[in-house]
Amino acid sequence: MAMLDRKLLRDVRRLWAQALAIALVIGGGVATLILAVGSYRSLDETRTAYYERYRFADVFAVVNRAPRTLVDQVAEIPGVAAVDARIAKPALLDIPNYPEPATGQVISLPDIGEPKLNLLYMRLGRTPEPGRADEVVVNEPFAKAHGFGIGSRFSAILNGRKRELVIVGTALSPEFIYTVGPGDLMPDDRRFAIIWMSEKALEGAYNLDGAFSSISVKLLRHASEREVIKRLDALLDRYGGRSAYGRKDQTSHAWIDHELDMLNNMSRTLTPIFLLVSAFLVNLTLSRLVALEREQVGLLKALGYRNGAIAFHYIKLVFVIVTVGVAIGGFAGTWLGVYVTRMFGDYFRFPFLVFVTSPDLYLIAAGLSLLAAILGAIHALRDVVKLAPAVAMQPPAPPRFKRIVSGAYGIDRFVSQPVVMMLRNLGHHPVRATFTVIGMASATAILIVSMFVYDTMESLVDVTYFMADRQDATVSFTEKRASDVTLQVARLPGVILAEPYREVPVRVRFGSVERRVIISGRPRDADLNRIIDINLKPVVLPETGLAISSMLAQILGARVGDSIEIDLLDGARRTVFLPVTALVEDYFGIRGMMESEALARLMRERPVVNSVNLSFDQNRRGEFYTAIKNIPAVSGLGLQRVSLANFRQTIALLVTTMASIYTGLAAVIAFGVIYNSARISLSERARELASLRVLGFTAVEVLWILLLELALLTLLAQPPGWAMGYGLAWVMKTQLAGELMRVRLVVMSSTYVYASAIVIVAAVISGLVVRERINRLDLVAVLKTRD
Amino acid sequence: MHEKVFTAQHLTKVYTTGEVEVRALRGVDLEILNGEVVVLLGPSGSGKSTLLNIMGGLDHASSGHLFFKDLELTALDDRSLTAYRRRSVGFVFQFYNLVPSLTAYENVALVTEISDNPMQPEEALALVGLLDRKDHFPSQLSGGEQQRVAIARAIAKRPEVLLCDEPTGALDSKTGIRVIDALLAINAQLGTTTLIITHNASIQGVAHRTLFFADGQISRIQTNETRQPAAALSW
Repeated sequence: MAMLDRKLLRDVRRLWAQALAIALVIGGGVATLILAVGSYRSLDETRTAYYERYRFADVFAVVNRAPRTLVDQVAEIPGVAAVDARIAKPALLDIPNYPEPATGQVISLPDIGEPKLNLLYMRLGRTPEPGRADEVVVNEPFAKAHGFGIGSRFSAILNGRKRELVIVGTALSPEFIYTVGPGDLMPDDRRFAIIWMSEKALEGAYNLDGAFSSISVKLLRHASEREVIKRLDALLDRYGGRSAYGRKDQTSHAWIDHELDMLNNMSRTLTPIFLLVSAFLVNLTLSRLVALEREQVGLLKALGYRNGAIAFHYIKLVFVIVTVGVAIGGFAGTWLGVYVTRMFGDYFRFPFLVFVTSPDLYLIAAGLSLLAAILGAIHALRDVVKLAPAVAMQPPAPPRFKRIVSGAYGIDRFVSQPVVMMLRNLGHHPVRATFTVIGMASATAILIVSMFVYDTMESLVDVTYFMADRQDATVSFTEKRASDVTLQVARLPGVILAEPYREVPVRVRFGSVERRVIISGRPRDADLNRIIDINLKPVVLPETGLAISSMLAQILGARVGDSIEIDLLDGARRTVFLPVTALVEDYFGIRGMMESEALARLMRERPVVNSVNLSFDQNRRGEFYTAIKNIPAVSGLGLQRVSLANFRQTIALLVTTMASIYTGLAAVIAFGVIYNSARISLSERARELASLRVLGFTAVEVLWILLLELALLTLLAQPPGWAMGYGLAWVMKTQLAGELMRVRLVVMSSTYVYASAIVIVAAVISGLVVRERINRLDLVAVLKTRD
Repeated sequence: MHEKVFTAQHLTKVYTTGEVEVRALRGVDLEILNGEVVVLLGPSGSGKSTLLNIMGGLDHASSGHLFFKDLELTALDDRSLTAYRRRSVGFVFQFYNLVPSLTAYENVALVTEISDNPMQPEEALALVGLLDRKDHFPSQLSGGEQQRVAIARAIAKRPEVLLCDEPTGALDSKTGIRVIDALLAINAQLGTTTLIITHNASIQGVAHRTLFFADGQISRIQTNETRQPAAALSW
């Protein structure tokens, strides 16, 4: 082995603590990339594979009752690859020893063979025997939530008749990865079930012999979804078809898309930030580290080594450090990526996971880190090799220090000598001090951007559950009802206040953009279910026209005053033009909002409701539940308390876990940077500090001189760090905004405090580690060697 | 021994250190002959080290000419100076300048690896009497031993000139004498032209000639008719 390489290995061993700290900074950046992008790719690939293997449909439609003979006509629509028709109906459930009303969706399974689309992934048991009206397969999450197994029984009200059902199998379905019950915002496995039954049995129960109520279509590869939907709607219209929709509007798919989007956006936003910050810090640290090698570079030049050979030697050192960093980051990132993929896989209940290995990520991560590190090293080397060897082997010329403020009134007259030393040292290296401050500020900033998501979600909870949707429960009906149902609900035991709520599915069109949304109607003075705008004020709906979500306006490219075309997909099925009279900055979904009477006029109907929002006396909960279970017209009961708990659980998974991982990685980066900063300052000033020891300063006093500078820089870095963190949080918030959910940018003061606290703790730990070094300073060597 | 190794013609060097301008050499004219042992004596700042550094290709002159045999060093760029150092010059520094992470043997090998016709590192270490310490790191060697390793490193590539800057400056007299002895032995065995900078006037006895420096110039040259062996030195 060449002697320079041997020197390299021993240098690495000598510098191991610093090399490891730099490697950790690199590792932090690399791990973020591999974790975030890797897990997103794996989950996305898993979903795609799941969809393909279990033939998840592309287009869906619901009808009241259509003859099975229609299926052939649907199959003939150009672009249609496969069609599956079935019966799908809502049902109220009665579960033994479970007081809260639960609901389900009953879906027919062909008595012979499998469904053509949306296949089941059987987890336990078997499918129902043909014609057996009591045998059912339920979705596994529901079974698990209640501890149900094969043979467990529960009751369901099908078409007004209560039936006792026995579970013969549990299954997963690509169609119901995410199951949200009527009136609910979040999935609740205990209160919403997917129940598959024999087709024959359901035909009997719903009087749908030879007919279907739900149809799914798989498209050919290049088919136009819009065209197929148009033709499908034309076919289904006279059977009470409620406008077909694509995967984008399919609840389960849309939510998973949203969750994966959030994961993706989080990674797309955080990853470059982490990688760039880590690259910047590595560049900064290595250039200082190599600058310390000035005398050795001079010696090697004196011995006849060429600049190229010397540069290559140090680049190899850098390469070793980067390799270790990339290895650490790759290992940690892969491990965390698998952990996150499994966690989300479990959460989505994917029946299998496809782990995508992404060599490109390793290459990008390694390449970027290496480039930044080599540039840092070369930057420092360029200055050193420019010097004649005789000069390089000498310590640098005494720098030209200046009084901080010249003249007799300079502050240096009023502070102690260590403070003067520190201030002059900073004043002499303004660029280095600035970069160190930027480095530490970056550490604070990435901590803030990792943690603020939690604040933002908490604020979303606050706005959604405590300011906007203040009802305790939402009662949904199978069919729309005359508005006097509100009064009936108000008379149920325990009910304090009841408010009607009307929903009309529509297609909105502006220019070439089209979206399927809901227009909700609510009383002008609604007190429970309110609309809250970005300033946290309740929105008063305009008397005429339509208020829409700002996000919808953005998607359509419409502004207040624009007239948008609306296909009403309920009731009279007209196409109308409505002016946009207000934009509402809301947080969930994209929607249109109208005053309920205005909506009734638009629909040319007497006031009707789809659901009733209500508040009730929690002490009379049991009575209320019992009463609800006995109303056949009720299709579901959404409970805010349960919804909130589920929402928090989802947040815990997506946000808290991910944010914790990112915060951990950010903390590692912060520590790596600050430790190196302290350690290199010590090396740069070892002679000066040892001389002070010789002059009689105690180790603590010397440490104080060194750490004073570190402390000042750390503190100076905090305000810009907060500003950078807020800026990055804004970028992230903008990236996270989607059709299903938007967030407010909320960074609580505690987050700034925590971020700074982590950075300061890293500084204190670095100080303690460096203290050991100061105790070991070789005083005799200082006296003996030149300066 | 009549071939000229170095010829300096009105060599000057001006340093700018911080805000101070230092005229380190103020027109030096000089000839060094092949195989000579030359001692450069003078107070700090008299220009000895500056001259040695320029002769060794470690630094550039501000004006004047310096020839190594027929090669004009003052006309060379950095790359050619590196080649010159690599081929022709061995250095011994006051503070040894060993690479702390390499053993005695490896410090010597650091140079033999990049030389055309080097001796074996063992042979060089044997010449300075340190073969038995070859696996020791600098931190495990005394100052004198470290300096002898530095000498072994300097001579291992069979340089034509050996430039020593205060080789005994950090050593006590007994150890210093051993180092001088090693230098003289090399000169005798290999015929290497040797220049030794020192503050220590008593060392001049071992040289063929002594150059006295003052204020960046050679104030006087003294030729020794009879040279002393190192063993006769004391200070």
